[in-house]
Amino acid sequence: MRDAPAILPDRGLADRISAALWRHPKIFLGLLLALPLLWLGVVYLGSLAALLLQSFYSIDEFSGVVKEEFTLKTYAELFRAQNLDIILRTLLMSALVTLACAVIAFPIAYFAARYARGRWKALFYLGVMLPLWSSYLVKVYAWKLILAKEGIVTWAADGVGLGFILNAVLALPGVGGNSLSTSPMGTFIVFVYIWLPYMILPMQASLERVPGSMLEAAADLGASGGQTFRTVILPLALPGVIAGSIFTFSLTLGDYIIPQIIGTSARFIGLAVYQLQGTAGNIPLAAAFAVVPIVIMLIYLTIAKRMGAFDAL
Amino acid sequence: MHSDRASLGLKIAAITGLLFLHLPILLIFLYAFTTEEKSYQFPPPGLTLKWFGVAWGRADIWPPLLLSIEVAAIATVVAIILGTLVSAAMSRTKFFGREQISLLILLPIALPGVITGMALRSAFSVMDIPYSVWTIILGHATFCIVIVYNNAVARFRRISGGILEASSDLGANGFQTFRHVLLPNLGSALLAGGMLAFALSFDEVIVTTFTAGQQSTLPIWMLQELVRPRQRPVTNVVAIVVFAVTILPILGAYYLTRDGDQTAGGGK
Repeated sequence: MRDAPAILPDRGLADRISAALWRHPKIFLGLLLALPLLWLGVVYLGSLAALLLQSFYSIDEFSGVVKEEFTLKTYAELFRAQNLDIILRTLLMSALVTLACAVIAFPIAYFAARYARGRWKALFYLGVMLPLWSSYLVKVYAWKLILAKEGIVTWAADGVGLGFILNAVLALPGVGGNSLSTSPMGTFIVFVYIWLPYMILPMQASLERVPGSMLEAAADLGASGGQTFRTVILPLALPGVIAGSIFTFSLTLGDYIIPQIIGTSARFIGLAVYQLQGTAGNIPLAAAFAVVPIVIMLIYLTIAKRMGAFDAL
Repeated sequence: MHSDRASLGLKIAAITGLLFLHLPILLIFLYAFTTEEKSYQFPPPGLTLKWFGVAWGRADIWPPLLLSIEVAAIATVVAIILGTLVSAAMSRTKFFGREQISLLILLPIALPGVITGMALRSAFSVMDIPYSVWTIILGHATFCIVIVYNNAVARFRRISGGILEASSDLGANGFQTFRHVLLPNLGSALLAGGMLAFALSFDEVIVTTFTAGQQSTLPIWMLQELVRPRQRPVTNVVAIVVFAVTILPILGAYYLTRDGDQTAGGGK
């Protein structure tokens, strides 16, 4: 007895292609990946390679023409006092912003993860998601309005008779200024505001994974609220905090719009990159400056990985 | 039970935090109606509707608006095609280099925008590529892929392999299965991802400043107004438009994917 074929008769080219791809899954996989990998490989990795390449070039100080020869001179320029200043200022700001975001984000994330149910849960979710996704520039602009000398903060402070505190803060050397919108304090506030949602989300995700039974056990064993927080909640939520800090740190490190619009004219890494490639036309130094955040983030990510932050992403 | 109630302090801190996130945006709406043109005076000395008319009549706003829409639309289409392809590959099989590819997709959005921008700028400079609409689109599509990818890959995970096999068993070829089974199941996730990608591209300013040359998108126009203000209330009107164009897609995407295990937008 002969076996009848269990395969339908061939109905045309589409069938033949389907069958061929079914028989050769690796070719199918290759076809699926070809276009996206070509794009990301050429456009993105290619660009990063070009960035690295440019950072090893230098600029002729007299003619202003880029010399296309390998040199470490451009990187050495990063260690000039004024450039080192920019890097340290950016690092300090990133660290402070990350800390402040963690402190402000915690109650929101904790409440949303542990107590919010049903409609409140959805409200908290959208409440974090909408500010995250609404226009970056519009948010920065809103703060320009708020922090302006004639703006709502001054009005509110004067209205409740606390104008003197505002003036005292503005008079502080190093953080104060003419008005909040032209002070380092203002830059800090806006950074915290803009990146806060990026801290809340991973923090909430990791807090949701802290089992309620552990908190009950801690309470049964006589731990106070503070002790439970220090010895149970914080260690278990730490991966989420670190995951969030990756975002806040990295985003502050590279931003150049906020310090340009709100704050003093003191430069940050992002602003230095932008000005060097634009008006100054010094692409090699701009490229070298752009490599700095990459290196810092690589170090940061290595540490974060050791502490298990990627399980929380 | 004691531990099921949040303490008053926690409630206040959480709600104050949410208000802190939302109140500043509301202020933009108020300022679009102010009669004060030269400063950001609060409270506004009077309210007027005239700035909407003025903004409508300003010839310098329309070209950036249209350019932004064009760029966002094309970048979204590219991102949907590339993002769907790569998510299909990633959800089907485990293969060598899978982790590296997922990192590569994530990288353009994980690294600060200034790096992506400066990298593209260096590449254009090395290869002598002149700035055009296409250089802007190139950058935007690159960081939009991950948005579509995140949405599509989550949906792929929920679609059971059984329905695809059933389709084959019933005699459909690969194309028919794609058209009649896979696409209807994937559709709303792609739409959600596409809308988010559109919103992200429409609003993007950092990468764009490095890839735009002389052209300006709406965010670049806004940035110029922020650095050197001309008619401040007009900027407010534009800000409301930008706000609406970015917020409507996220609400739509939330609505489309809210039943899923992973809701859209988690990975901006």
